[in-house]
Amino acid sequence: MRPREGAALARHSARAEISEDTALIHSRIAGTGSYLPEKILTNADLEKLVDTSDEWIQTRTGIRQRHVAAEGQTTCDLAEQAALAALEAAGVKASEIDLLIVGTTTPDLIFPSTACLLQHRLGANGCAAFDVNAACSGFVYALSVADKFIRSGAARKALVVGAETLTRMLDWSDRATCVLFGDGAGAVVLTADTEPGIISTHLHADGAYKELLWNPVGVSVGFKPEEKNAGVRVLMAGSDVFKVAVKTLDAVVEETLAANDLSKSAIDWLIPHQANLRIIQATAKRLDMPMDRVIVTVDKHGNTSSGSVPLALDYAVRSGKVQRGQLLLIEAFGGGFTWGSALVRY
Amino acid sequence: MSSIEERVKKIVVEQLGVKEDEVTQNASFVDDLGADSLDTVELVMALEEEFECEIPDEEAEKITTVQQAVDYIKAHVKA
Repeated sequence: MRPREGAALARHSARAEISEDTALIHSRIAGTGSYLPEKILTNADLEKLVDTSDEWIQTRTGIRQRHVAAEGQTTCDLAEQAALAALEAAGVKASEIDLLIVGTTTPDLIFPSTACLLQHRLGANGCAAFDVNAACSGFVYALSVADKFIRSGAARKALVVGAETLTRMLDWSDRATCVLFGDGAGAVVLTADTEPGIISTHLHADGAYKELLWNPVGVSVGFKPEEKNAGVRVLMAGSDVFKVAVKTLDAVVEETLAANDLSKSAIDWLIPHQANLRIIQATAKRLDMPMDRVIVTVDKHGNTSSGSVPLALDYAVRSGKVQRGQLLLIEAFGGGFTWGSALVRY
Repeated sequence: MSSIEERVKKIVVEQLGVKEDEVTQNASFVDDLGADSLDTVELVMALEEEFECEIPDEEAEKITTVQQAVDYIKAHVKA
């Protein structure tokens, strides 16, 4: 028997023992990691590309700079660095991972999935691996799926990544969108435990809002070879997105508190999707949370889509803001529309 | 109970962070009170919340002054 098969069997039997009492299994965040590409694009840099200003970008979005992947550097490259950091922080070997999920809307290839590419890079070959595309909510969706796998006893150690190279999709002549996004990746390792961990997750989508925030081309619909980047771009109705985002995030936050019979004051930290400081402030205000209990990275990262929440979480952990035992409310909102939340005892 | 005018004024002061005496009847949110596009969206949302109503986007676009907001509320919301 090859060593990997032996390890797989051993894991399988351990799983069988625990599944007798699945009610006791929870997933816990054992470690976090993140990675940002080196190249930084400031608002001043963008002033040279499009008719915009540092003042306009900062007052509307709170963004001061964003990171941009180097030529040839892919989503999987960013994901790999974030994953390695998370595995190290968790003290978990890649070979121990039995589930790998990548939230991304900018995969390296159409297939294989970025999760499969990442799995091989890390040497976690053999475990289940797949991508989740929920646009900017990708990481929260992936986290929720991994939590269900662990709760059901189907996995014991999961690697959950949010990684994007969204700048590859941008039309650098469209000042309404090119100033908003950046590249980056974040990751967490979830392990099975007797205590939560992830207390609850709440996912939603409403496809009726498709055209408020979308990319209009694709494999099946077809590309537009005569257009720049074959028609790949981000189209967004900014004010409309803002309004729906604030309302739906407000609703999902309420839903999360109500489902757990919690008052607003029980939350130690709000870790929101980093799209726009104004949306973050609106959500915090409705939660009666002062901004010093809200993790903000949008000023330095821009909107990294699926990467944003795990990047913010890793920053919060490594900066010492978030401590073990604290209660975190994580939320995200993205194209689809998709939105979701996770209540986490870190 | 405060009048609709007073309640609208209070919301404008809170949302736009302006002084009460600046919020005259014909003050334009954008031109006189310094609101940007997101401020006006938030202002409409705050009005919807205060008066428990839904203001459709095409109607919301026409609300550009304090008086227009008051008129809309008076016409569409039962006090």
